[in-house]
Parts: sequence; structure tokens; C-alpha cells
Amino acid sequence: MDIEKLNKIKDEYSKIIQKKRIMVCSGTGCTSSKSDVLLKNIQDKLEKDGIKNITAHKTGCFGFCAKGPIVVIDPDEIFYELVKPEDANDIVEAVINNKVVERLLVKENEKYVEKWHKLNFYSKQERIALKNCGKINPEKIEEYIALDGYQALYKALHMSRDEVIDVILNSGIRGRGGAGFPTGKKWKFAKEAKGDVKYVCCNADEGDPGAFMDRSILEGDPNAVLEAMAIAGYAIGAKQGYIYVRAEYPIAVKRLNIAIEQAKKLGLLGKNIFGKKFDFNIELRLGAGAFVCGEETALMNSIEGKRGEPRPRPPFPAVKGLFGKPTLLNNVETYANIPNIILKGANWYKSIGTKTSTGTKVFALGGNITNVGLVEVPMGTTLREIVYDIGGGIPEGKKFKAAQMGGPSGGCVPAKYLDVPIDYDSLNEIGAMMGSGGLIVMDDSKCMVDIAKFFLEFTVDESCGKCPPCRIGTKRMLEILTRITEGKGKDGDIEKLERLASNIKKASLCGLGQTAPNPVLSTLKYFRDEYEAHIYHKKCPAGVCKALTQVHIDEEKCKKCGICAKNCPVGAIEGQVGKVTFKINQDKCIKCGVCITKCPFKAISK
Amino acid sequence: MNHCEGCNGCKIDEKLEKIAKKYKNVEGGIISALHEVQDTYGYISSTAQKYLSKELNVPMSEIYGIITFYSRFSLVPKGKYNIQVCMGTACYVKGSEKVLNRFKEKLGIKEGETTSDGKFSIESVRCIGACGLAPAIVINEEVYGKMDEKKVDELIEKYSKM
Ligand SMILES: Cc1cc2nc3c(=O)[nH]c(=O)nc-3n(C[C@H](O)[C@H](O)[C@H](O)COP(=O)(O)O)c2cc1C
Ligand code: FES
Repeated sequence: MDIEKLNKIKDEYSKIIQKKRIMVCSGTGCTSSKSDVLLKNIQDKLEKDGIKNITAHKTGCFGFCAKGPIVVIDPDEIFYELVKPEDANDIVEAVINNKVVERLLVKENEKYVEKWHKLNFYSKQERIALKNCGKINPEKIEEYIALDGYQALYKALHMSRDEVIDVILNSGIRGRGGAGFPTGKKWKFAKEAKGDVKYVCCNADEGDPGAFMDRSILEGDPNAVLEAMAIAGYAIGAKQGYIYVRAEYPIAVKRLNIAIEQAKKLGLLGKNIFGKKFDFNIELRLGAGAFVCGEETALMNSIEGKRGEPRPRPPFPAVKGLFGKPTLLNNVETYANIPNIILKGANWYKSIGTKTSTGTKVFALGGNITNVGLVEVPMGTTLREIVYDIGGGIPEGKKFKAAQMGGPSGGCVPAKYLDVPIDYDSLNEIGAMMGSGGLIVMDDSKCMVDIAKFFLEFTVDESCGKCPPCRIGTKRMLEILTRITEGKGKDGDIEKLERLASNIKKASLCGLGQTAPNPVLSTLKYFRDEYEAHIYHKKCPAGVCKALTQVHIDEEKCKKCGICAKNCPVGAIEGQVGKVTFKINQDKCIKCGVCITKCPFKAISK
Repeated sequence: MNHCEGCNGCKIDEKLEKIAKKYKNVEGGIISALHEVQDTYGYISSTAQKYLSKELNVPMSEIYGIITFYSRFSLVPKGKYNIQVCMGTACYVKGSEKVLNRFKEKLGIKEGETTSDGKFSIESVRCIGACGLAPAIVINEEVYGKMDEKKVDELIEKYSKM
């Protein structure tokens, strides 16, 4: 491969991707809602009608997953939501006649919005890591090349290794995998480490349950990660890269394999890349369902074919990592930013975001929010903007209670901090963390003690068992939390939780244990009254913890219709239709809440 | 541990031989080999463990340690229909626990167990990445979204007849 050939592919395919194309989302979310059948129907219809100048393709996630499958008509960027396989004919007819299918457009404020970038959901977003998702067919490297793909690698190979690292350093980019360590520094350490064999690794284990940023990047734009890893390989002096990816992500694995094959074929991976004295290859290694393998040293053990237990640090991976050699490890999203930074320069990147947190961050917005999906915003955007302007607010007229950021290692952000700018330092200050980008919104029907217990159950389950503070300590904390939610909380439990938390944080071997108590600590900080209500008043204010909840029928409101009794799955409601007001037998009641939803007079409550 | 002698998954068949050959000289290849065995047979039999141990030159104790460490590997066969209920945060917040409980109640088994007729098994899994469809479940690769208790009943009925 030489630059003339690359530019030739670029020219040829830039023309192709500017033609009329029907782009069908083929991310995991949309595939689950049958977007694969839809694409096939569209292609069949095009073929049946003998249409050659319009084509249909799969593409990466648009982020608007709650309303999938998503279809976009390029180059006009007409955006359709909730498209069913049966809609294929209408869509094709409309494209042929330069019309739109109005019923499939998104409706905002009673008006149909035609174009992708006019939607409120996208108005405050800035897509850098996700820039190609939704634009190209991720299974065709030529389409990546059409949008400047592999130009950054060419440029980097014509810079000195120090110059490349300086650009990354000056851009200010920090690791997107959670801890936020400056990426340029990491590269510098790895370059300076002594050794003739070095490795470049990509962390695609995405362990935070409720996060799918990395998956979407791999599914929508796998070549960006390959290109960035090759640039890193050149900068630190490595010939071999490994991507450690979750086996639970079959579509991502498949597309990565395709991308690697295609890159090899074009000579963008392999020997003497761009005619330079630089060889680079990439292999995939599949994770096997262990959260701790996202931790860097555990990940390296796992690639080596061992149990994924963390190793003590130091020595740090930059000195002694994979197979005992100096190793650079970055997260998928971190890598996805690199080609752009090399092409457009450090100053461009620095101009986005805040002073200490430059660039953008992708969040997986989930939970009790209208627009569940992926969003990429400049650092410094507030939570309020994400939840209300982009996320469309809380459904069913409920109120925002808290957002959990950073998954099981992170903390919750209560309503009073909705206006705090989202960047590494501001979040640390309020006891939350950026994490990898999981952002779960909770409405006022959620019990924060129950949520803390949920995360602790996760860490207890995922603790690898190597070090006692994490293995035993988190278990003891979980026992106390369980007791509290079962109405058996005791005076002194809160203090015990705090003491355990502080010891576990100090004494654990790896980041898993060191951060495991965070969800408990942050809920204690902001929702201590809920813990106290459970322990001292034997009440769950949100009505979630069954042992502490009673369902009551308001005698005055009850119209004796008997609908509740008819719907009760355990026959716990007694009374006589038209005669005797209905009552709940608390011994039998399982607090399922069916009666509450069925009562036409809203006479039943928790 | 001869209990699985003769059962189809355990014989040293061509597939197993091929897997061992492929990873024999790959540094750290044992996990990749176990992945393929798991995907091919639905579990990793003791015969397969012994064979890989010999061929890849990894002690049995280490192989057993690896299998039990990673939740994706299983020592026993799963049901014909393996039901995975997502317990990721997004699904949990949307009520996946109720969905899981309904499956357990209806099938009379716990997580990690298989019904006596070998038809169903239940697992709770971490985020399957279909958060937009929360709460979501997977039955043998097929994803079902926006689950509730009624849909659980319908699915059990559908798969019971299949
Ligand atoms: C328990 C634990 C789990 C982790 N999981 C992930 C993960 O799923 N993905 C990830 O990129 N980093 C994860 N990390 C962080 C990595 O150890 C590492 O810091 C990161 O991959 C470095 O890349 P970055 O500098 O680009 O962020 C985890 C850390 C810990 C302690
Ligand atoms: S998976 Fe389709 S929009 Fe995300």
C-alpha cells in the first residue's frame, strides 16, 4: 500500500458513499428488533424492481437505540425510527420518488422532524469517537478510507516517534476506560521502557453492566481502533497488538475479524506498512465473562491463558506487562479518538471540552429516561443537559432522583448536582466518577439502598477471590445491606458499613476492591435518610424493599368494584362486590403492586 | 470421572482434535481452545479437559481453575433452550428481577440449573447490550426486549411446544 493507492480508494469510495443509500442500523440493539430482516427486505425489493442507482447497507449504531430499528437515507440524512420489516416497500418507494414516509419520522413537539441532525437528541452532541457510526458500512474498509481512514497512520509514519507522542500529550486526552490517566504520558512511558519486544493492547472488555459505548464503536467503526493501535505501535516501538474483547459481543468480534482481514489484504497491517520499516499485526483474544478482566493486569493474565487475577503493581504494565514485556493498554474509545487527533492536531482537540478534560465523552444513557441510547458530548456538558435536552427527561411524569455514573466502581449524582459540569475532576469532587461512561438514570420510584445492594451483589460475585479485603469485606458489607433491606437493620449498621468501606478501599489489591464500596458510600452521602428510614423506622420510602412495604386500600376511595381482588395473583384481597369495602390480608400479600395499577379509582397505594 | 463416557459431547471426535491442533502452539491459547469447545458442545466435558491438558501441555488443575473462574465456561450441559436474563443496571432499574423470578417460579428451577426434561436452563447475565430494550432476555441467541411477566408466560409456552 502506498499513499497514491490509498487516495485512489478514497476518491472512488467518496463518490460511492455520496450516492443515494439506505443505511440500516445493524448495532446489537437494532438487530434485536429485527433490523437484519428489514435490510434483507429492502435489498430484495431493490433487486425485484431492478433498481441499481440506490443501494442499501448495514451501518453502525446511531445511538437512538430505544427507537430502533433506525434507518437513515443518505445523503439527505432523512431519519426514520421504529421501522419494521414490513416498512421496506414504503421506504424504497419513497426514496425512488424523492419523498419521505411521514409516519416513520420522529415527532418532536407535535412536529415531524426530517433530518438526523435537526433532532433534539443530536443537537447538543458532538461526534468524534462515533463520527463514522451510521455513516459507513463497517464491514467495508474502503468506506472507512473514504472518510480519511488510515490517513492518520500515513501521517504518523512520516513523523518521528517523539513527535507522535507529543501530539497525543498536547491534546490533553485522558483514558476513557475509567481512571482518566493522561494517554500521552502512558505512551511516553511505554516508549521509554527498555526491551526489544513490546505490545500494544486494547481493552474491549467493557465490564460495566449497562454500558455499551465500546461495543458500538467496535460494531460501527472497527477500523478506527485498528488504525489507532498501529499508530501506537509505531510510537512505542511494538510490532504486535492484541484486542481483548468480550465474547458476549458477537457482532463486534465478527466485524473486528473482518476489518483485520481487510486491512491485512490492503497492506495496512502486516509488513513494511506504507513502505516504511514498520511491521504491525493485531490478534483478537476473547474474554470469558469476568468483570475483573477489565483491570489491566488481570486482562494480561487472561490473554496469557491464565485465570484473570490481577497482579500487584508495580511493576506497571509499561515496564513489565503482557508476557513480561513492556505493554501499552488503552481503552476502545481512547483509541477511537487518536486518528482524528493526529490528523487535525492537538490544538483542535484541546479546543473541545474543558481545560483539564479535553475532547468528548460517549455515554450509554439508560434506566428511567425517555431516550435510552448512546450520546457523545463535549466534556463539561452538564448532567441536566444530557438528561433533559438530549435524553428527553424522565418518562411517566416521574421525577429525577439520581444518576449512577461509573457503574459498580462509581457513585450516584443526586438532583442537586444536575448542573455540575461533567469532567473527571468535578465528578471526583462530588464522590462520583466518570467511569467508562455508563450513565443510569433513576426516578423517584427507586430505593437507593436497594441500588447500592445491587452493585455490591455484582462486586461480590465478580471479586476474583485473590485478596481477602475484597473477597471477605464486600461480602460482609452485602450481608449488612441485605439485613437492612429485609427490615432487620440495627443501630450501628451505617457506621459499620462506613468502616468496612474505608478498610476495603485501602487494603485491596486492585481497582475492583478499591472502588467496590463507592456505590454504598455515595448513596450514604446523599441518601442517608433512606438508610435511616429502613433501619430505625422500618420503612422503605420508595416502596421497593418488600419486607418494609405494605399495600393499603383507602376505605374512602374504594368503590367496592372488586377489580383488585380479581387481579390479585395470590388471593390476598377480601371484600364483597358492591357491599363490603376491600381489604388486603398483609400475611398473604406479596407486594407485587398489580392491584395498584388495576384500581380504576386510585384507591390503593404503598 | 467416567460419567460421560460414550455421550456424544465427550468422545475425542474430529472437532476436538482440530481445536487442539489449532491452539497447540499459540501462546496463551488454552482459553481460546476452551471457547471453541464450549461453543461446539455447550459445555466442557472432563474428557475434553483431559485431552486438551495432554495436547496443549497445561496441567488439569490449571484447566479446571480456568473453567471455574470464567462464567462463560460450563462443566455441565445447559438446557436445550438456555434462558439468559439480563441483570445489567439498565435492565435491573427497569424490573429485570421480576422477569427472572417469574422464569424461576414457572420452571421450578434456579439460576444455573436445568429442568429435569433437559429443555430449559436459566442464567442471569451481565449487560447484553440491548439496554434500549430493557428489560431484555436472550433465549439461544434470540433477543426478546421490553419483557414483563406476561411475556415470560407466553415465551415458556412457545418454547415448550417447540
Ligand atoms: C475492576 C476493573 C474493571 C475495569 N474494566 C474496564 C473495562 O471494562 N474497560 C476498560 O477500558 N477499562 C477498564 N478498567 C480500567 C483498566 O484497568 C485500564 O485502566 C484502562 O483500560 C486503561 O485504558 P485508558 O487509559 O485508555 O482508559 C477496569 C479497571 C478495574 C479496576
Ligand atoms: S443499536 Fe441501533 S441505534 Fe443503537
